[in-house]
Amino acid sequence: MIRVQQQDFDPAEEYRALRDSGSGTGAIATFTGLVRDSGDLTGVTGLFLEHYPGMTEQVIEGLISDASKRWDVREARVIHRVGNLALGEQIVFVGVCSAHRGDAFAACEFIMDALKTSAPFWKKEITGDSEHWVEQKAADVNRSQSWE
Amino acid sequence: MSTDNTITVKFFARLREELNTESLTVAAGSGLTAGRLLQDLAARGGNWAQLDGAQPVMIAVNQVMTKPDRELQPGDEVAFFPPVTGG
Repeated sequence: MIRVQQQDFDPAEEYRALRDSGSGTGAIATFTGLVRDSGDLTGVTGLFLEHYPGMTEQVIEGLISDASKRWDVREARVIHRVGNLALGEQIVFVGVCSAHRGDAFAACEFIMDALKTSAPFWKKEITGDSEHWVEQKAADVNRSQSWE
Repeated sequence: MSTDNTITVKFFARLREELNTESLTVAAGSGLTAGRLLQDLAARGGNWAQLDGAQPVMIAVNQVMTKPDRELQPGDEVAFFPPVTGG
């Protein structure tokens, strides 16, 4: 299940949906990413998130499929917000159900790491008096490549 | 209006803003690759010149990431954008 949306989401609802998704689940790992106050700039008051409709969903679908080939993934949910987001708001949710914790942790982390370097989203940081398109980080690329 | 012989080109994020262009269409031509199209656009000069390798540009054709040597077909949707920064 993949959703790209402007509105906020409720991690508790997503957890419930994962828990209710089927038999054989023994572990659920979830990740939630938030808007923080410093990135490329300090004093960040918010973000603007842009995406490539259609391609985004297709890429994330592919990542879930890749994860399912490597680990036991019973169900995965990915939600990514777009548009204007204020400091502290939720940006992204990844949740994975597996039989065991190892697979749940690994698949959740893999999907999140790969999303950051392959799904067509772009962040613009906004401060009181300026805005700046965030640059891709070598550390993010390295993390993503470490799964290859 | 027939769009049979054209290629749609889309730009995102910093490129969309700096080029002041969300999308445009170009005529398809035999042997036209995504990389060649980038060079043609860079030749417009001004802010377009950055498409000539000064900054990293990612390429997607029909919403799948691809390399500059990918040959373009009539009806293709090509997108040029900066390295992605979601999550």
